[in-house]
Order: sequence, then structure tokens, then C-alpha cells
Amino acid sequence: MPNHVSFVEKYLPYILIAPALAYMLFFIGYPLAEGLHLAFTVNGVFSLQNVEYLISSPFSKFWDALTDTFLLVLVIIPIQVAIALGLAMLFNMKFPARHVALYLVILPLTISDVAAGLIWYSMLSANGFFNKILLNIGLIHQPIYFFGYQYRPMEFLAIVITEVWRATAIVFVILFAGLQMISRDHIEAAEVFGATPWQRLRYIVFPMLKPSLQAALLIRTLFAFQIFGVVWVLAGRDIPILAGEAYYEQVELHHTGVAAIYALIIAAISISIGYVYIKLFKAQYLEEGR
Amino acid sequence: MVESSIVRYYLRKLVIAALVIVVVVWVVTPFIISMLYAFSSKDDYYSPNIIIPIHYTIQHVKMLLDLGATQAIINSVIVAVITILLSFALGLPAGYAFAKFAFKGKDSLKLLIIGLRMFPILVIAVPLVTLYIRLGLNDTLLGVALAHTSMALPFVIIISSSIFAGVPKELEEAAMIFGLDRKGAFFRITMPLALPGLAAAAIFTFIMSWNEVFIASVLTLTHRTLPAFILTSAMAAPDFIKFAAGFIMILPAMIFVFIARKYLITMWGITLK
Repeated sequence: MPNHVSFVEKYLPYILIAPALAYMLFFIGYPLAEGLHLAFTVNGVFSLQNVEYLISSPFSKFWDALTDTFLLVLVIIPIQVAIALGLAMLFNMKFPARHVALYLVILPLTISDVAAGLIWYSMLSANGFFNKILLNIGLIHQPIYFFGYQYRPMEFLAIVITEVWRATAIVFVILFAGLQMISRDHIEAAEVFGATPWQRLRYIVFPMLKPSLQAALLIRTLFAFQIFGVVWVLAGRDIPILAGEAYYEQVELHHTGVAAIYALIIAAISISIGYVYIKLFKAQYLEEGR
Repeated sequence: MVESSIVRYYLRKLVIAALVIVVVVWVVTPFIISMLYAFSSKDDYYSPNIIIPIHYTIQHVKMLLDLGATQAIINSVIVAVITILLSFALGLPAGYAFAKFAFKGKDSLKLLIIGLRMFPILVIAVPLVTLYIRLGLNDTLLGVALAHTSMALPFVIIISSSIFAGVPKELEEAAMIFGLDRKGAFFRITMPLALPGLAAAAIFTFIMSWNEVFIASVLTLTHRTLPAFILTSAMAAPDFIKFAAGFIMILPAMIFVFIARKYLITMWGITLK
């Protein structure tokens, strides 16, 4: 009987973890396998028809989607990191009502990308808040158009603004947590030895913040490549993106094989980024940085 | 010397206050404007001289609800509740195991789960369609909830593990010394102490599911959740209907987050996005 108890005790953690792990492995493993099947077979035989459609059909916006997604990521991420870094240092200081301000600043995180798109549509549309203010101040005499195919650069700008508004907060939360973990002793010691504010920042805060910065970068980059709701609400297919094209091919055109390729491409990009990250940096930071 | 340091002190305070105000205004203004516009009368919205609407109406929200948003809200709630039930049923035991046991391979298993959390879950939607058609799950709320569960599970495991780890081991050990077995200690000591945190985790799981649009839009056709309904139906609608749609979507998230605001930073750090 004692043997039996220790047997259960020994394997209990595995028994407790197994169902959840099996569930996740199935819901990720099966779609990946099925995705490959959908992408590279037509009527049960191997075929590159979907790939051909993807890269050379006039109906496919694959190359635009690939460039625009990367472009969005490259523009949005540095802005978010820069703002978040500034914000984290700002909130690391003491000021009245800090908790209220903190709560308000991370509020956009709680709403969906679709809602964020709709919110910024109300700000930037021709009859929106932004245009009305500028018109009434007299700074402009014609509304600035942000939406419509002929205004694509402005649509791009609207997407960047919305994403910066919506998702800078996650970078901020991670960096802020990292900043708060840095012991004041280090900084005070540097102060005692006469380090200037810039030197304290450069030689103490930044190096100690590096793990958080890496975690924040990884997480934001991964999700930036999945951008969908904001773009779809604000620009539709004017600014094609990978997830948007997957949605369009699947739901509007019923090209499941083509949609599956898009899905696989997003998965491949994410896995590559994650792989590079885990190779380069210690994995524990993932957890610490959350 | 003394004077200049006093001046610098107040200048510094002033700059900090100004920066904080700028940031808060930048974040909060769009929320307020979109809500005001959701209830603005048509004339006020289209009038170029009225920046802040004067006349308000609930007509747009009501129209949207009548057009199918009511059913979509019900669908969203059903999906979210099933997602919470499933992800907690599967995730809590795993979280407990990570928190309270030492076992071989623990670190690699935990890393695997963190890695799975990083997986771009929206890519599972397209291949799931063919499986769901075979299983009769296509265009069902259960099908969406099953997919949402795979999205929520890593979060539930990680967060519940840290919640369970926060319950002092001594309390459980004391309970076991006084005659409770592990199960009894769990249900009578650990669980009640972990409950507030778990309730917050349930709220965040709800919001995760409530906000998810890609999977829901791909997997449903007639049984749309709210984001899927808005993405497909309301987008062609006039502006004020869009604002009403935005309002309906953000309201529950804001209420729930306010309830669980104490946990906002720790949990949202883990849910990501």
C-alpha cells in the first residue's frame, strides 16, 4: 500500500499536466499537419497549384502582404519600444495619483484590436474628432482624409497610430516590471561615486533592463506579425497583410489551400523569431519578463 | 545655490506632471470620443462645427442590437464561458502540479508551455475548418470555444501556477499534519486562498475570448460572436453604427477589467498582446 501511494505521488504531477499538454499539442500539431496537407495537395495528390496562385496570380496580394506586414512591424515596433521605455522611466518616478495614471495608460490593452480600430476611426474619419478640431481652429480648411484606397499612405499612418496607441502598453508593462526589479542600491551606489544621470542610465539601468527589453521585443514582434483586426477595420485590403489575406482567401474566396499557406507562413515567421530568441538569450527571461 | 536647487526641484515636478498628463490624455481621449460619438445624434456628428456632440441618442446602439448584435453578444458569452470552463478544467491541475511538486523534467515542460503560448494561435483556424466539417463542429459555438481554449490554456496554466505557488506551503502541511489528505488540503486550504486570483484569471480568460476575432470569423458563418459579427456586418454600415459597435465591444471589457484592476499588470503581462 505505501508503495502504491508513492507510485501515485511520483506520477501525479505528470497525470495532472498530461491532459492540458495533450490538448495543446493536438490543437497546434493537428492544424499544422492539416495545414501542410491543405496547402500542398489538390484532390488528394501533391500539387503546387496553391503556391503558384499565391505568388503569381493577379488576384493574390501575397508580395504586397508580405512587404506591408514587415513594413508595419518595422515601423511600429521601434516607436512602441521607444515610447514604452520613456513611459517606464516616467512611471518609475514618484508622483501623485500614479496608480490611477498607470491604470489608465494600460487600459487599451483590455480592448480588442477590432474595437481599437473602430475607436481610431471615430478620431480620424473625415467627420471625426481630429479633423473637426483642426478645421475649427483654422489650421486646415479641408478635412485630412485617412481612409480610402487613394489615401493609402494615410491609412498606413492611421494603422501605425492605432497600434502604437493600443499595444505600446504591453511593452511598457514588461519594461516597467523590469525597471522596478532593479535594486535602488545599485543606482544609489553609482550616485555616491559621482555618476551623472546619463551614466547611471547607460551603465546600470540599461544593462539590467536588457532581459526585460528582449522579452518585450520578442512578444511584441510575434504579435505584430499576426496583426489583423486593426488593419481590417481601418484599411480592409488596401493595405494587405498576411493574416488579412488568409482571412480573405478563406472566408471570401474559399481558397482554403491558399489560406493555409498564409497560416503556415505566419507560423514559420513566429517559430523562426522564437527560435532565434531562445538560441540567443536564456529562456528564463521569457518567464521573468512575462 | 540653495535657491537654484529648489527651482530645479519644482521644475522637475512640473515636467513630470506635464508628461504624465500628456500621456493620459493621449490614451484616454480616444475612449471618450468614441463613446460620445456612439451616442451622438446623426446631425451633430455630420455637422462640421460641433466637435463634442450636444444631442445624444441611444438609437444607434439599439439599431445595432436589433440587427443581430444581441444574438452575437449571447454567442460571445456562451463561447467565453465554455472557454473558461474547459481551460480551467484542463489548466488548473497542470498549474497546481507546477506550483506544488518537484519532478523530473519540470523546467523543460514549463518551458514547452511558455513556448506554446508564443505560438500564433490564429493560424490554427483555417486547418481546423476541415476537421470541424468532418466532426460537425463547423459554425458551432463549441467549435470556437475549443479553439479559444487552446489559446487560453497556457495562460491559465502559468497564471494558476503562480497563484497556487503564492499559497504558503506551511498552511497545507499543517492541514495535512492535522489529518487532511492532499485532496482535502487542496479543497479546504489551497483552493479558498487561491480563489480571488483565480476569479481574476477567469475574467481575463473571458476578455481574451470576448476580444478574439480571427478564429471566430473563420470558424463561424451564422453563429457569429460579437467581434466576428462586427467585422463582417457592421463594417459596411454608416459611421455612427460603427461607433456603436465599438462601444458595445469595449463596455464589458472595461467593466470586467475595472473589477479585476488589482491584477491588471501581472495578468496582462502574461496574457500578452
